[in-house]
Amino acid sequence: MEILEDKFGKQILLLGNEAITRGAIEAGVDVATTYPGTPSSEIADTFSIIAKYFTKQKKIPSFYFEYSTNEKVALEVAAAASISGLRSLTCMKHVGLNVASDTFMTYMYIGTRGGHIIVTADDPSCHSSQNEQDNRYYAIFGGAPMLEPSTPQEAKEMTRIGFDISEELKSPIILRTTTRLNHVRGPIILEKIKKPRKKGHFEKNPMWVTTPAIARARHPELLKMLEKAEKISEKSEFNKIVKIGKQSDWGIITSGVSYNYVKEAVEDLKLDVKILKLGMTNPLPKKMCSNFIKSCKNIIIVEELEPILENQIKQMAYELGCKINIFGKSTGHFSRLFEYNPDIVINALCKIFKKKSPIQKPKESKIKLPSRPPALCPGCPHRATYYAAKKAQPEGVIYPTDIGCYTLGRAKPLEMADLLLCMGSNAGTACGLSVATDSKIISFMGDSTFFHSGIPPIIDAVHHNHDVVITVLDNRTTAMTGHQPHPGTDFDGMGRRAKKILIEDVVKGCGVKHIEVTDPDNIKETTKAFKRALEYKGPSVVVSKSPCIILENRDKRKSGEKIPVYEIDQEKCKRCKTCIGRFGCPALYFGDDESVNIDPQQCNGCGHCALICPFGAIHKKEVKK
Amino acid sequence: MKGKISIVLAGVGGQGVITAANILGKAAVKAKVNVFVSEVHGMAQRGGAVNCTVRLGNVSGPLVPTGTADAIISLEPSEVLRNIFLSNEKTIIITDITPVIPFTVSTGEDEYPDVEDIFKEISSYSKLFKIDATKIAENAGAIITKNIVMLGALAAVNILPFDKEIILNTILDNVPSKFRDINKKAFEGGLKAVNI
Repeated sequence: MEILEDKFGKQILLLGNEAITRGAIEAGVDVATTYPGTPSSEIADTFSIIAKYFTKQKKIPSFYFEYSTNEKVALEVAAAASISGLRSLTCMKHVGLNVASDTFMTYMYIGTRGGHIIVTADDPSCHSSQNEQDNRYYAIFGGAPMLEPSTPQEAKEMTRIGFDISEELKSPIILRTTTRLNHVRGPIILEKIKKPRKKGHFEKNPMWVTTPAIARARHPELLKMLEKAEKISEKSEFNKIVKIGKQSDWGIITSGVSYNYVKEAVEDLKLDVKILKLGMTNPLPKKMCSNFIKSCKNIIIVEELEPILENQIKQMAYELGCKINIFGKSTGHFSRLFEYNPDIVINALCKIFKKKSPIQKPKESKIKLPSRPPALCPGCPHRATYYAAKKAQPEGVIYPTDIGCYTLGRAKPLEMADLLLCMGSNAGTACGLSVATDSKIISFMGDSTFFHSGIPPIIDAVHHNHDVVITVLDNRTTAMTGHQPHPGTDFDGMGRRAKKILIEDVVKGCGVKHIEVTDPDNIKETTKAFKRALEYKGPSVVVSKSPCIILENRDKRKSGEKIPVYEIDQEKCKRCKTCIGRFGCPALYFGDDESVNIDPQQCNGCGHCALICPFGAIHKKEVKK
Repeated sequence: MKGKISIVLAGVGGQGVITAANILGKAAVKAKVNVFVSEVHGMAQRGGAVNCTVRLGNVSGPLVPTGTADAIISLEPSEVLRNIFLSNEKTIIITDITPVIPFTVSTGEDEYPDVEDIFKEISSYSKLFKIDATKIAENAGAIITKNIVMLGALAAVNILPFDKEIILNTILDNVPSKFRDINKKAFEGGLKAVNI
């Protein structure tokens, strides 16, 4: 495997996320944990691919890796390993740190022995997320030293060197990334790979037990650690001044991917400025920043999302008594919304420097383009479950939903997603809606979400006897983030056999009296299951089980089994549009003559359309490879 | 190399846009040319419009400023227009001629424009090369190699700072050996399809 090559100085192309994994391997990481979430997923998936590669050859990989039940568990597993002296990495998407925040805030008090890097992958512009929160606030909130890479090469180096910083400070540190770092490929220069420590040792010490008395003793230690961290920040190779053009009293302070846009814009616009490029952004190197402020008459701050650098730089300028102009979000030159791009930075700099922007008026298509919203795949079992639930009670139902592929049930023609907050919120909000309204409630969550945070609200529903139908869409994988395993699968992230936990058993253990286990491939029976669940007064759970069609067909192809394709008998078809207008499989389309057809390229052979056709006009055609 | 080159690769989820962008990136590393590639993952990827950008040379990141693309390579005609804001009058545009009709057209929410109108509009902006990549890929032995056909077509217009052979070798290094011939045929088919 190229990513494991121990060739010092060799250049290879890696995704930002893969570069983080490589950096951890170069540092001799012992334990890596995660709960998958875009844009962080490929960091853990790369660990998983490597571990499986070794497992397959009956060898033991150099590290332990797991897809944990949720981010909080992931952080705790890795924290304990680091406290025992091992090197750990935990990665998650930005909102994952909300889930792990309870652990994180107190973990910062007690610190660690072995290095621990917590990767938070923020998602400005919400490409794949329910919000665009700026997790740099968590570094300030919890008192965590923080590194922010601009390029894949820097991501690798910050991960590698970050372990040393973490151990020097005896504190976990945050590596804060954004989508445009995670999902960018760039050249990486390989360093030597360190040997992992393999086994840790837990030294018993009352300081690890955060009773109030210990917590009071630890908080001052946390502040002392931050003072030491500031000294590291002052000397860090990741904080530097880049001079472009002639000597000037104009300065730009920036971090993360914004630096890339700034550097190119300044070069292209031929501006004379110095750039303070910050890579270690918590704590800021106060002396370095102060000297920079003193050397400037005008400073521009370029950072995505919240004005975190801007506010701190302003505070420093105030303390220094420097009367300088600071341009940024508060002057309206930059936005607190969404991710930046070259256009945004070039236009803002031109405005500040009173230059004509070289960005031309964008060419616009005069032709109206069709939209291509993401949709449930052809053959997705969730569509069949949704269809059956709607058939059971077509009107007057509220559908709280959750985070996963099935959120796409929001789209036409199903329109079965009415309320969504975060992982696990479907069942909790279902309980609230049953209290607040007289409507029928059917909520939906995936199997991985069930294990992640779906269980406590089910217990709430049982204990308070909320009249809700909670559906678990069990497709045996964490599909949306790239088909990772979870506690309901019989293998783990290292490719080893694992104990499979049955959702219906857990639900039964929670005290749910009415449980329906159904196969959505049988739409008739699934409809009846929803009817019975709706009739039951009190909480009921429907577990709708059918594997993700992508995985099912992948397995079929591997084993040489044929995948069928369906077609429409044009003589029998009455153009009632049930298949397109109500079921909504994207493999179906209208021909030029208004006939309904099935695209054999897209058809995944589930046969659901044949089950729902009122005229029996759809049948199996042939087989494709 | 001096200066910078920006390539936009467009298409629909599942057509191999990311793979094609990744191959260009690896070819650049092989040729010792600085490179950044942007990708689309996660929810944004499911059945939707996909756009990857590859920037080469004296660049700091992968995102292309408005109107500065040197080439737009699209595996689907209407997806050219979705990215047309990145083009200027010198931009070379290469597209496959086969439309992929989105489901929103079936449900009556949207209409798919006349393909000839799409070509006419693109031609009014920039230099357009239309190729039947679907047919070329089929002839090569697998429709899935359409993305490789498009890389061949890109190599034909001579804007990359490295030789065609580097791209072809990178392709061959990254496919299982039993598919090498098909991919080679697809690449060469793309090369021949563009007459400059």
